Amino acid sequence: MSFSLTKNKSGVVVVGVDGQLIVGNRQDLKQKVLDALDGGARKFVIDFTKTGYIDSSGLGVLVSLSKKIREQGGDLRLAGLNEDLQTLFELTKLDTLFAIAKTPAEALAAF
Amino acid sequence: MPLRLDVRPSATGGESDFELALDVPSDLGYVGPAVELIADRFKGGVLSPRRVRFNLRTALAEALANAIAYGNRHDPRRLVHVRVEAGRDAVHIHVTDAGAGFDPAVVPDPTLPGRLEREDGRGLFVLRSLVDHVAFSAAGNSICLTLRAG
Repeated sequence: MSFSLTKNKSGVVVVGVDGQLIVGNRQDLKQKVLDALDGGARKFVIDFTKTGYIDSSGLGVLVSLSKKIREQGGDLRLAGLNEDLQTLFELTKLDTLFAIAKTPAEALAAF
Repeated sequence: MPLRLDVRPSATGGESDFELALDVPSDLGYVGPAVELIADRFKGGVLSPRRVRFNLRTALAEALANAIAYGNRHDPRRLVHVRVEAGRDAVHIHVTDAGAGFDPAVVPDPTLPGRLEREDGRGLFVLRSLVDHVAFSAAGNSICLTLRAG
């Protein structure tokens, strides 16, 4: 499990979540995104294409990051959720808080 | 401390029946490895790969995190005990901590408008959404998750 950060030509940071986003690694993701925010990045896509599962702590860190990014005038979008993860966002009503795109490419195009 | 999974055939003796036991230290860093150790035992078993990948892993991670954080309060002297009974019809996962227990009825609904933007408070809700049945011990320090076969 790991997180990868890449910045495209338009300055959008794409964060890949490989494996899981759970209580044991959420702080690592949070710190990486906050470091990029401190470094001036304002547009973020979290790519869940390679993610097996997300627990409530992982959901919580996304809520917290989204708030912090918005406070800095930025935007956080989610992409690549499989059917189960999409259902998780719907059950928790977090689909109403986040802009969710089917693919990272769609999320990037929406900025 | 390395995690050690105890695997034994079930007392009921069915071919697909087995029992697992695992003690997990009260450190959230153990949640991921403990979940993988248990989920690996269900390859080709009574639960579909999709339900193992998502429902079992997520629900078990929630139960372990709750037991470590709220039950054992991260106390390194306390362990969380996991016992899994896998049968032909269902899998039962018991997660027990050494805490004083809690009343699940008083946990607020995290989907209410005033709570939606909170970082915490979704664990029990997520857990209940992903398994077929949830039961608590009378003391409130042990939870049993049931996933029916399929």
